Amino acid sequence: MVSVTGLIKQFGRFAALRGVTADFDAGRIYTILGDNGAGKTTLLRTLAGLSVPTRGSVKILGSGELRSVCHEIGYMAHPSLLYDELSAMENLRYFAQLYGESAEPVHEKIRGCAALIRLVGLDPELTRPVGQYSQGMRQRLSLARALINNPKILFLDEPFSNVDIRSAQTMVGLLKNLREQGRTLFVVTHQAALLNGVVDEFVNMEAGLIVSRSPQTVGAQQQ
Amino acid sequence: MSIVSITRATLVKDLRLEWRSKDAINSMLFFSLLVVVIFSFAFDPTAEESRRIAGGLIWVAFLFAAVVALNQTWARELRNQVMDAYRVSPAPANGLFLAKALGNFIFVSVLEALMTPLFVIFYTLRPLGPAYQLVIVAGLGTWALVVNGTFFAAMSLRTRAREIMLPLLLFPILIPALLGMVEATTAILTGEYSAKFWIALLVAYDVVFTIGSLMLFELVLHAE
Repeated sequence: MVSVTGLIKQFGRFAALRGVTADFDAGRIYTILGDNGAGKTTLLRTLAGLSVPTRGSVKILGSGELRSVCHEIGYMAHPSLLYDELSAMENLRYFAQLYGESAEPVHEKIRGCAALIRLVGLDPELTRPVGQYSQGMRQRLSLARALINNPKILFLDEPFSNVDIRSAQTMVGLLKNLREQGRTLFVVTHQAALLNGVVDEFVNMEAGLIVSRSPQTVGAQQQ
Repeated sequence: MSIVSITRATLVKDLRLEWRSKDAINSMLFFSLLVVVIFSFAFDPTAEESRRIAGGLIWVAFLFAAVVALNQTWARELRNQVMDAYRVSPAPANGLFLAKALGNFIFVSVLEALMTPLFVIFYTLRPLGPAYQLVIVAGLGTWALVVNGTFFAAMSLRTRAREIMLPLLLFPILIPALLGMVEATTAILTGEYSAKFWIALLVAYDVVFTIGSLMLFELVLHAE
């Protein structure tokens, strides 16, 4: 499903990734853990095709040409990737159009965007601009945006940051459902305890390398 | 996925954003209004002199005012890193570029439509040549300005002093077009010579730089 070989990413003289090699299977949730500067976000951005590796290769769904599979990828970053001046519905309708004109009539598309907004626990009728949303609401809408193209693979960078515990648990439930639908999820987070019992594998990074992979819970790892 | 549908969707989105924030149009209007007033105090030309210098004054005022809008174009995409959402999508880079250039063309054209009557009043202008050609020169000149401006604004996006960097990159490359705009406008206002050569120069400039920008924009969009 996702395969990386000898991945090196340098920013000037600093190596954010120092030869990452790993294979990831379909239909699983991988949580990437590590201290700040361990290379988690760089790895995620490289897998999503936003960052070009200095050396090494990435294969997604068997293709080394990430542009050709980008319609199968959903990406949620730490910033919201949303327009503050537009409403939730206007944002999602714009991003839906970036993934092509489907044969669906307009009202079906609107219904699709509204369903996604409802899926993350927001109200599609809300007309106020996203800039006036709380951080938690923005994070949830950002997750809806990442799902707009019905992707097979989701890369989520800090999806629970600044989200209250109840909303975070709702999001975890949603991620679990997505995995059950056969999607593969990569979640970078510092709140790994939220994902205990849901995650299939914890991937630990340190200084630009994957140092261990384990199916254990966060608590067990810490012991 | 067609480039037309992406261009249309992005253009509609940008017009909606501008309608709500009025970031670009307000700053452009106030800036060019100031230029008109200051120039009218600085110079006190006769009607004949006005015809000779107005071409230069008008285009320099529009050029400086347009830089304000051009800097705003991509700033919106930087907030919340929205550009990354575009970069991970399969939407063609050219669609984004064309929409941004067309959006800027509309903003600068609105500015020109509002400011030209003021120039006419302040400098008591009356063209002695074929007046319809002024519309052609305005369209071609504005496109030359925005197509390069949109491209170089995207290029300077990731630089530290991007608001300074844009004029530094844009103005030198715009010199042939600026020469064409000023000479053609002066030719039409004075009626002393034909503007056809300068209009042809603007057409050639627009074609070359539009094709060049469209060909290179994908590299700019996906640059780190």
